[in-house]
Amino acid sequence: MASLDPEIAKTQEERKKMEQQLASLTSLTFDTDLYGGSDKDSYLTSIPANEDEENLDAIDNEVARKLASYTAPKSLLKEMPSGADSDADMGFRKPQRIIDREDDYRRRRLNQIISPERHDPFSAGEKTPDPSVRTYADVMREEALKREKEETLKAIAKKKKEEEEAAKAAPPQQQQKRRNRWDQSQDDGGAAAAAPKKAKTSDWDMPDTTPGRWDATPTPGRVTDATPGRRNRWDETPTPGRIVDSDATPTGGATPGATPAGMTWDATPKLAGMATPTPKRQRSRWDETPATMGSATPLPGATPAAAYTPGVTPVGGVELATPTPGALHGSITPEQYNLLRWERDIEERNRPLTDEELDAMFPQEGYKILEPPASYVPIRTPARKLLATPTPLGTPLYQIPEENRGQQFDVPKEAPGGLPFMKPEDYQYFGALLNEENEEELSPDEQKERKIMKLLLKVKNGTPPQRKTALRQLTDKAREFGAGPLFNRILPLLMQPTLEDQERHLLVKVIDRVLYKLDELVRPYVHKILVVIEPLLIDEDYYARVEGREIISNLSKAAGLATMIAAMRPDIDNIDEYVRNTTARAFSVVASALGIPALLPFLKAVCQSKKSWQARHTGIKIVQQIAILIGCAVLPHLRSLVEIIEHGLNDENQKVRTITALSLAALAEAAAPYGIESFDSVLKPLWKGIRQHRGKVLAAFLKAIGFIIPLMEALYASYYTKEVMLILIREFQSPDEEMKKIVLKVVKQCVSTEGVEADYIRNDILPEFFRNFWVRRMALDRRNYKQLVETTVEIANKVGVADIVGRIVEDLKDESEPYRRMVMETIEKVVTNLGASDIDARLEELLIDGILYAFQEQTSDDANVMLNGFGAVVNSLGQRVKPYLPQICGTIKWRLNNKSAKVRQQAADLISRIAVVMKQCHEEQLMGHLGVVLYEYLGEEYPEVLGSILGALKSIVNVIGMTKMTPPIKDLLPRLTPILKNRHEKVQENCIDLVGRIADRGAEFVPAREWMRICFELLEMLKAHKKGIRRATVNTFGYIAKAIGPQDVLATLLNNLKVQERQNRVCTTVAIAIVAETCSPFTVLPALMNEYRVPELNVQNGVLKSLSFLFEYIGEMGKDYIYAVTPLLEDALMDRDLVHRQTAASAVKHMALGVAGLGCEDALIHLLNYVWPNIFETSPHVINAVMEAIEGMRVALGAAIVLNYCLQGLFHPARKVREVYWKIYNSLYIGAQDALVAAYPALEDEHHNVYSRPELMMFI
Amino acid sequence: MQASDRFNINSQLEHLQAKYVGTGHADLNRFEWAVNIQRDSYASYIGHYPLLAYFSIAENESIGREHYTFMQKMLLPCGLPPEREED
Repeated sequence: MASLDPEIAKTQEERKKMEQQLASLTSLTFDTDLYGGSDKDSYLTSIPANEDEENLDAIDNEVARKLASYTAPKSLLKEMPSGADSDADMGFRKPQRIIDREDDYRRRRLNQIISPERHDPFSAGEKTPDPSVRTYADVMREEALKREKEETLKAIAKKKKEEEEAAKAAPPQQQQKRRNRWDQSQDDGGAAAAAPKKAKTSDWDMPDTTPGRWDATPTPGRVTDATPGRRNRWDETPTPGRIVDSDATPTGGATPGATPAGMTWDATPKLAGMATPTPKRQRSRWDETPATMGSATPLPGATPAAAYTPGVTPVGGVELATPTPGALHGSITPEQYNLLRWERDIEERNRPLTDEELDAMFPQEGYKILEPPASYVPIRTPARKLLATPTPLGTPLYQIPEENRGQQFDVPKEAPGGLPFMKPEDYQYFGALLNEENEEELSPDEQKERKIMKLLLKVKNGTPPQRKTALRQLTDKAREFGAGPLFNRILPLLMQPTLEDQERHLLVKVIDRVLYKLDELVRPYVHKILVVIEPLLIDEDYYARVEGREIISNLSKAAGLATMIAAMRPDIDNIDEYVRNTTARAFSVVASALGIPALLPFLKAVCQSKKSWQARHTGIKIVQQIAILIGCAVLPHLRSLVEIIEHGLNDENQKVRTITALSLAALAEAAAPYGIESFDSVLKPLWKGIRQHRGKVLAAFLKAIGFIIPLMEALYASYYTKEVMLILIREFQSPDEEMKKIVLKVVKQCVSTEGVEADYIRNDILPEFFRNFWVRRMALDRRNYKQLVETTVEIANKVGVADIVGRIVEDLKDESEPYRRMVMETIEKVVTNLGASDIDARLEELLIDGILYAFQEQTSDDANVMLNGFGAVVNSLGQRVKPYLPQICGTIKWRLNNKSAKVRQQAADLISRIAVVMKQCHEEQLMGHLGVVLYEYLGEEYPEVLGSILGALKSIVNVIGMTKMTPPIKDLLPRLTPILKNRHEKVQENCIDLVGRIADRGAEFVPAREWMRICFELLEMLKAHKKGIRRATVNTFGYIAKAIGPQDVLATLLNNLKVQERQNRVCTTVAIAIVAETCSPFTVLPALMNEYRVPELNVQNGVLKSLSFLFEYIGEMGKDYIYAVTPLLEDALMDRDLVHRQTAASAVKHMALGVAGLGCEDALIHLLNYVWPNIFETSPHVINAVMEAIEGMRVALGAAIVLNYCLQGLFHPARKVREVYWKIYNSLYIGAQDALVAAYPALEDEHHNVYSRPELMMFI
Repeated sequence: MQASDRFNINSQLEHLQAKYVGTGHADLNRFEWAVNIQRDSYASYIGHYPLLAYFSIAENESIGREHYTFMQKMLLPCGLPPEREED
C-alpha cells in the first residue's frame, strides 16, 4: 500500500491538472455560476447507497417507492422478480433458507445476543431485586460501558492510524515486498489501497467513524494489524493459508492461544454460566474459519480460552481431522457443519487427477509427459493437507485408528417415540432427545424440558397433524411449562442460521400463541424476544414483516408500556446502527399497539437527549416509522409529533438533521392532504436548511418540502414552490442518482400543486428541466426512467401537450433506442391524458414522422411501448391522420412480411389499434386491402402472430361491416374453420371472437353446412381453460342456432351431453340454454324433454341443468312453459339420485323467481310440495339448492304460505327437525319480516302472559 | 356435520342468521317466540301509517297516543317471563 499510494496520488494530480486545463478551455466558469459561488468540491460525487447509516438505504427507499406505487400491493411487486424462478414455475419450491436471501446488513441479526432475562419490578413489588438478576440499571450500565469501550477503541485506532501515517511519511518504501502474499493478487492490493482513500472522501461519515468496523469483537489476531485498509483480509472467506499467516507474523508477538486475555472479548462472561446453549454469543470472525481450526465456539462447559487453544496448536487438527458429520459432538455449530459439508464436496471434486486418470483421458500417443520445471514448488496449504491426512505433522507413521462403535456413518439416528426426522443442524438443539434415558430418572424440570423440546421438534419438522397437536399442547400448557423454559428453547431455535422460512413462520406462531397465554409472565423475557423478533421487521418478505409486527404488538399488550420501554431503552443509543434501526421500528409497532399518546412523553425525552446523538436519531426515527406504519391515523397527534422532532432540523449532527427531514416527509405523506397547520413551525427551518445544506442532508430536506407543499393552500404553495425551485433547478445538475430521483419527485409534487401557474413552469422550470434531465443517460436506469416520465407527464398536465411534445418530438429520432422509448412513452401518456387538439400542423407532421421512424427502428419492444405510443397518437389525432395513413399502411404491410415473428405480430397488433381511426378517415378501400393482405397471412405458423392477425381481421370486420369486407365472408370463414382446431389460447380466443362476430352479423353469407362443421369444432373449444373462450364459444352456438335454426345445433349439443368430462357437459348445457333463449324455448323444449327419457345419469342431469339455465335466462317468459315441464320436475324431485333432486331444485328456484307475480301459484305450490321433503338433506350442495328453491318460493308465493309449511316443525319434539325448521324460519324472517306479521299463528294466553294480538281483531 | 361442511356457506348461514334480532333457534320456547312476534307486530303497526290510523279510529285515540302506547307495549309485550320449570 505504501508503494501504491504515491502512484495514486500522482495519477490524481495529473487528472486534476487535465481537468483544470479543460475547464479553462471552456470559457464559461459554469460551476460558480450555478453553484452560487460555492466550490464544487464540497459536493459529493455520489451518495453511498449502502452506507451503514439508513436514510436512503434500501429499506427507507421502500417508503419512497411505496409512494409511487399506487399500482399494486408491494407484496405483489416484490413477488415479480422471483416469478422467473424456474423452480417456482414448476410448482416445486425448494425450501428456502432465510440466510441465503439476506444481505449483509440483515445478517447482522445473528450478531445479537439473546440477553438473559431481566428483573420484573411489577411482580417483585417493593422488594430489592436479587443481585443475581439483571435490572434496568445493570443493562444501562453495560451499555454505557460498551459505548465507552467503543470510544476508547476508536481513539486507539485513530492514534494507531496517525502513527502509521507518520511512519509511512518517513520511510515511504519500507515494506514493499511484505504484502505480496501468494493468496492475494496484485489487484487486491490495489483495491485495498484504494479503499481507505475512498473512505476519506465521503466526509459526511466523519461524525461517526463507521461503526460497522468497530462493533465486531476484536479478535486477538486483529489487534496487531488493525489498519482499516487491511481489514478486508479478515472478512474474506478463510483461505487455509491464514493460519500460517497469523503464525508467521511474529510482530504481534502474541499468538492467540498464548493471550488468554484476548479471549475475554469473545463471550461476555455473564453469559458463560447460563444454562441455555445459545448458539451464538457474539459471532466473532473466528467462527467463520473452517473447521480445521477446531471449533471457535466454546464447548459447553469449557472456558472460552480452553476452546481456543486447539485452534492454534496444530495438534488440535487431529480432533476434526476426519470430518465425519455423523460424529456429532455438541460442539459443532450448524455453520461449521455446512462448511464441512461444502468443503468435503469441493475437495472431492477438486482433488488432483491421478496419473492413471490422466492416462485414461488422453490418447496414448502424441503426448509427452514433461518434467515439472525446476522452479515449481507445490502449493503449500497446510490446512488443506490437514483435511486430507489425519496426521498433519510429526510422524507420518501408521496409527491404528481408534474404533468407535457409536459412530453414525452419515445416517442420522432414528428419533425415538415417533418424533419427526431431525436435520443435522437440529442435533445441537434436540440432541438430548436421542439419549434414550429413562424418563422416570430425570428430575421434573428435565422432564419438562424434554417435553418442550419434543413438542417444538414436532412443530418444526413434523407433519401437519403432528404440528397441529403439538402447537395446541404448547399453547394449553404454556403457563404450566413457564415462560423461562419455553423461551429458552424457542428463541435459540429462531437464531439458528440455517432456519428456513417455513420453520421460522411456525416458531413465530408458537411464540404468538404462547404469548397470549403467558400474558404478564413474559415480562422478564421481553428483551430476549425482541432480539429475535425485531429482525423480522426488516425482512424482505412482507409476511414476515407483518408477523413480526403482530408479535411485537401482542408482546407490548401483554407486558405493558413500562416494561417495553425499560426493555428497549438501552438499545436506543446502542452503538450498533442495526440495533438502533430495528429498535426504532419495534417502537413504532409498540406505539401503534398501545396508542401514540402513551408513548409521547417518552419520545419527547428521547428526541431531546443531550447524552448522545444516537438517542436523538433513534427517537426521531421512531416518529418516522410511526408515520409510515399507521398512516393517516397520525393526524390527531400530528402537531405533537412534529413538535417533538422539530428541533432536530437544527441539530449539530448531520445524521440527525437528515432523519428529521425524512421523518417530516413521512409525517406529511401520512397526513396528506390535511394537517398543514401542524407543519407551520418547521417551514422556516426547512427553507433555511435548503439554502445551507448540501448533499444528503439537502436531499432529505427537499424530500420533506416536496411532501409538505401539496398540503398547502394554493397561494402558499405557489410561493413556496418558487422559493424551493431555485434550489431544485440548481440541483438539476447534481450527478448523484439519489439526488436526481428526489429532485424529480419534488418537481412532480410541486408542479401538481394547485397554486403553481403554467406560465411560471413554462418559463422558469422547463428549459433547465429539459436540458438536464432529458438526456440519454436517464433512460438507462429503470427507476430514473420511470420517475422522469411521471414528472414530465405531471408537468404536461399543467403546461399542455404542445409544449412538452414540441420539446421532445425531435428525440424520437435519437440514435439511442432506450431514449427513444422513453420519449415515446412520455408522448403516449401525455397524449392519452390531454388529447392532441393542441398539436398544430407542423408538430403533427414531426410527430408522425418521428413515431414512424421510432417504430421502424426499434429492435426490441417487450413492453409494447412503441406500439402503445403509436396507437395512442393515431387515435388521439383522429381524422387528422388521414394524409399519413397510406404511409403508415405501407410500413405495416412491409413489416407484416418481415422475417422476425415479433415484427409481424406487432404490425398486426398495430392494425387492430388503428382500425377505428382508419374508418373515421373513410379509408375503407385501404382497409379492404389490408384485409386481403391479412387473409393471405392466415397460414402463419407462429401462434402468437396468428392470434394477432386474427385480431386485426376482427377489428377490420368490426368497423367496415360484413357486406363490405374483403375478402368476402364466404371466403374468409371456411379459412377459419381449420384454425379453430388450433390449441393455442391466443389463437383460439381471437378466432372464436371473429367467428362469433361473423355468426352474429353475417351468418347468411355462409352456407348452413359450413356452420354445422363449425359447430363440431366448437364443441372441442368448450374444453378450453380460459373462461373467456368458453363463454365466446357458448355465445357463438346461440348465433349459429339463430342463423341456421336450432334443430341441427341442438342435436349436436344433446349428443354432447353423453361425454365424460364435466366441464364439457356443463358448457353444453349452457349452450343449450342459450340456443333455447335465442330461438325461443318452444323450439328446444320438446327435444330437450325427450332427451330426459334416456336412461343415463349424465344425460338426465344435463337436461335438468339445461332447464335450470334456461329458466334463468328466459325469466318471465317461463310462465308459458312452467306447466309443460312440471311433470318432468316432479319426477326429478322424487328421484333417488341426489344430484337429480339438487338440479331440479335449482331449476325450480329459477322458475319461481322468473314467474313471481305472474299467476302460476298453483304450479309452484305443487312443486313446493315436492321440494319440501328434501329439507332434511345433509349434502351441502343439495341442501343449498333446496333452501334457495324455498327462498324462491317465498318470493313467488309470499312469505305466509311458506310460513305455514314451517309452523309444523318449529316446536317438533325432535331437535334435528326443529333445527332445520328454524333455519328455514330464520331465512324467511330475514327475507320478509314484515309480511310475516299478518300470518303468525294466534297463540293462546297462558297464566299472566298475554300472547294474543288483540289489535288484529279490531274491526270498524 | 361433515368435515367439508365446516367451511361452506351453509355453516355460516346459521351464524349469519343469529346476528339478526328476532331470529330463532331450536331451543327457543313459546314465550320468547311470542315476544318476538309481538314486537314485530307492534313495529309493523307503527311502521305502516294507514294501519296506525285504522287502529286509532277503532280505539278512538289520537294517532300520536296510539303510536306511544305501541312503543310502550314493545317493552314487555307478553308480561314477565314465566319461571323456568327445570331450574
